[in-house]
Amino acid sequence: MSDVIVKEGVEAETVEAVQALGGKYKYGFETDIEIEYAPLGLTEDIVRLISEKNEEPEWMLEWRLEAYKRWLQMEEPDWAMVDYPKIDFQDIYYYARPKSMAEEKPKSLDDVDPKLLETYAKLGIPLKEQALLAGVEAPEEERKVAVDAVFDSVSVGTTFQEELKKAGVIFMSISEALKEHPDLVKKYIGSVVPQSDNFYATLNSAVFSDGSFVYIPEGVKCPMELSTYFRINAENTGQFERTLIIAEKGSYVSYLEGCTAPQRDVAQLHAAVVELVIQEDAEIKYSTVQNWYPGDEDGKGGIYNFVTKRADCRGDRAKVMWTQVETGSAVTWKYPSCILRGDDSQGEFYSIAIANNMQQADTGTKMIHLGKNTKSRIVSKGISAGKAQNTYRGLVSMHPKAKDGRNYTQCDSLLIGDKCGAHTVPYIEVKNNSARVEHEATTSKVDDEQLFYCRQRGMDEEEAVALVVNGFCKEVLQALPMEFAMEAQALVAISLEGSVG
Amino acid sequence: MAVTNPKFEASEALLAAYTTPVGAAWATEARAKAAAHLRAIGAPSKRDEYWKYTNPAALTELPTPSAALFTSDEAPMFDAIDRVKVVFVDGVLDAAQSDDLSLDGVEIETLAEATSKDIHWAKELFGVLEANGQNPVDRPLASLNTAVATEGLVIHVKAETAKPLALRYIHTSESSDAMVHHVIKVEEGAKFTLLESGPGAARFNSVLEVDVADNAEFHHVRTQGRDHERKTATHMYGRLGKESIYRSFTMTVNGMLTRNESVLEFTGDDAQATVGGASAGDGKDFHHDDTVFVTHDSVNCESRQVFKKVLRNGATGVFQGKILVKADAQKTDGYQISQGLLLDDDSNFLAKPELEIYADDVACSHGSTVGAIDEDAMFYMTSRGVPKAQAQDMLVLAFLGEAIDEIDNTDLADDIHARLAAWMERRRG
Repeated sequence: MSDVIVKEGVEAETVEAVQALGGKYKYGFETDIEIEYAPLGLTEDIVRLISEKNEEPEWMLEWRLEAYKRWLQMEEPDWAMVDYPKIDFQDIYYYARPKSMAEEKPKSLDDVDPKLLETYAKLGIPLKEQALLAGVEAPEEERKVAVDAVFDSVSVGTTFQEELKKAGVIFMSISEALKEHPDLVKKYIGSVVPQSDNFYATLNSAVFSDGSFVYIPEGVKCPMELSTYFRINAENTGQFERTLIIAEKGSYVSYLEGCTAPQRDVAQLHAAVVELVIQEDAEIKYSTVQNWYPGDEDGKGGIYNFVTKRADCRGDRAKVMWTQVETGSAVTWKYPSCILRGDDSQGEFYSIAIANNMQQADTGTKMIHLGKNTKSRIVSKGISAGKAQNTYRGLVSMHPKAKDGRNYTQCDSLLIGDKCGAHTVPYIEVKNNSARVEHEATTSKVDDEQLFYCRQRGMDEEEAVALVVNGFCKEVLQALPMEFAMEAQALVAISLEGSVG
Repeated sequence: MAVTNPKFEASEALLAAYTTPVGAAWATEARAKAAAHLRAIGAPSKRDEYWKYTNPAALTELPTPSAALFTSDEAPMFDAIDRVKVVFVDGVLDAAQSDDLSLDGVEIETLAEATSKDIHWAKELFGVLEANGQNPVDRPLASLNTAVATEGLVIHVKAETAKPLALRYIHTSESSDAMVHHVIKVEEGAKFTLLESGPGAARFNSVLEVDVADNAEFHHVRTQGRDHERKTATHMYGRLGKESIYRSFTMTVNGMLTRNESVLEFTGDDAQATVGGASAGDGKDFHHDDTVFVTHDSVNCESRQVFKKVLRNGATGVFQGKILVKADAQKTDGYQISQGLLLDDDSNFLAKPELEIYADDVACSHGSTVGAIDEDAMFYMTSRGVPKAQAQDMLVLAFLGEAIDEIDNTDLADDIHARLAAWMERRRG
């Protein structure tokens, strides 16, 4: 923040303090640990190597190779409103794992390299199966969260596996699932996001190294929240994880996802695929707090976050809810989508995307209404500050058979400062007349009167903006699970620090 | 680019199919530039982002697809209004049917006359606004028009005019292919109203370039003719000076393919613009597309886009609207609404209402809704004894009426309203 305007009544020290905060990223530390890399670049051999490292069945390797061949013929998409230097796909390590995880995979969390555990502790992610909130004696019925921790290319460990097993829930890394439940994986992988869906998803299909696998059997309400925490640590690596969640008839699960990365000058690629399968009467809540390193104020470094997420509501009355708080990443390209195939199925998408400094975000959703009486709701809040560009891009499609389909879309943009941009690109396709689609969008700046009101009551400008912005985001924050909502609220404040002026 | 790409083969074929007009050096240069641009971008194709919802094939096909003539006993549009009438038959000016090209405060020339003069003010506008409007979205059919059109009017408005200029486009040949290009300059403080009506030709491609100077006003009302099989691509480019007013409204009923592009740019502060449209389509082969691009590049301007479409029996309505607010265009008030009313299960409404905003002190909003007729309103009326068909027409009229309200001149608005009501009544039988 070079040219902060010192307004009357604002002390110079306050401004300096604010400036010092600008671009501060809490999770930018690096874990000093020995890492084993696959050779640089991408070839068929690398695909084979990843498959081999994960000790995968033959069919998985074939599937990967097929994807790789398709990928070679694809072109990088350029329609998003983002601008970044061309990625050299041969200058990336496609596989990196801590050496301690290499020889023999730790049998339990106690065997995991303490340095790795420390990393997660530092990030505020408890991997020990103990009371969640430090210093609080948790009562028996305290809400628990099971965590699958992914570090670079491998899963470090998954907590509460035993307890989940009792409920019949399978929660493990996808590499383990390929060994223990290959039939389930084979049945569902690529069934929502096909192998060669788009450029980045195809790349992921070829080189995904790990990720989470969740299977909720019929009628089971998952006894605790599940979560995956992704951490990129190694330099020059890409992270390609694949998450597959299957909710059988009448089941329910709430899944949380978080991510961070060290602060580096060179941009890193993250291309994930998330597939959700939701059967009759089942429900999945998928919440993401994306806080990858956003790069510095001049746009140096940061994560390129190119993610394909899709939910397939296969059964009648299936329900899915995507909630995302996107504060990190240098470039975001992400459209969590819902295919509403079953009659009476429902899709919801709540998003807060905050772009500050040189960040660019092009994100939104697709609601594909195929079944009768399907409903969807989109609430998107985009906030741009600094020199950032923030785009909502979405599709609402009502097919001829989607009788009585309903959609409501609201996307609001807030601009803080006069060097940023906010854009809205909705596609609305309605092919039957019993469907009702409503789309609304507004763009405005932080209301001066609201700011004045807060300032008058003794808040400094930063706090006032954070409060107004929190109010602006309220509808989305309310959709988050409680623990996440707190974190998200704090994140909203942090990522806007230094943006006033 | 390799010639194997059908886009480029098609653009070459189109350029070869028309004769390059002869004119003064400046006009030749503008035409050559447009042709070069078309060569570089190629003809439109279904794979282009801005042709995603409308298949341009019938607009670029050679030879020109034919369109049966439509006869109607209704009085020609705008006949009741005191105006100067200019008639184009299949895209060619017909002096015999037209009034004298004289109107106080206005100089009217044909495009051929103006482009033959070595020194002419139109040099600053002809092909210039059209070329500006090629960025960031390609408009290949407009380039083609600039490159080859010989028909059209060049109009210089120097004062407030007493009556409007009405252009009537008559379609008499089943295989006519018309290219019409008008250039209008409205001088500071002047005020001008342009009326357009009729299908024009079996295939009709028009470009209208309008420069509205400071404090000037431009009003435009257009109806596109009921010929069912016609194919139409219109392009309207407006440039707005300080405190100017620009209002355009288009009514479309029937037409196999209509693509109306409007490209407006605010270059002076405190100006206002409205682009509106009402369309009613019936049948699987009705396709109507409004594509609007409004660029705000000055302070405290207001723009409105209001589009309403009523669709039945498999008709398709498309709206692609964009508001671009550049970084310095503070205090912009941008509004955009697109609404589709689907009268049955087979009809389609496809919309892409976009905002691209780089200034922070703005209020921009857009809304888009699609749905069936309001059952409660229907019930209300039928329970009061209004027959169902009539009740539906009343609701449709009220729905389209919100777009017709955007016309300033109440006489014109009433005329359009009455005509629409009559059409509906006739179809009810």
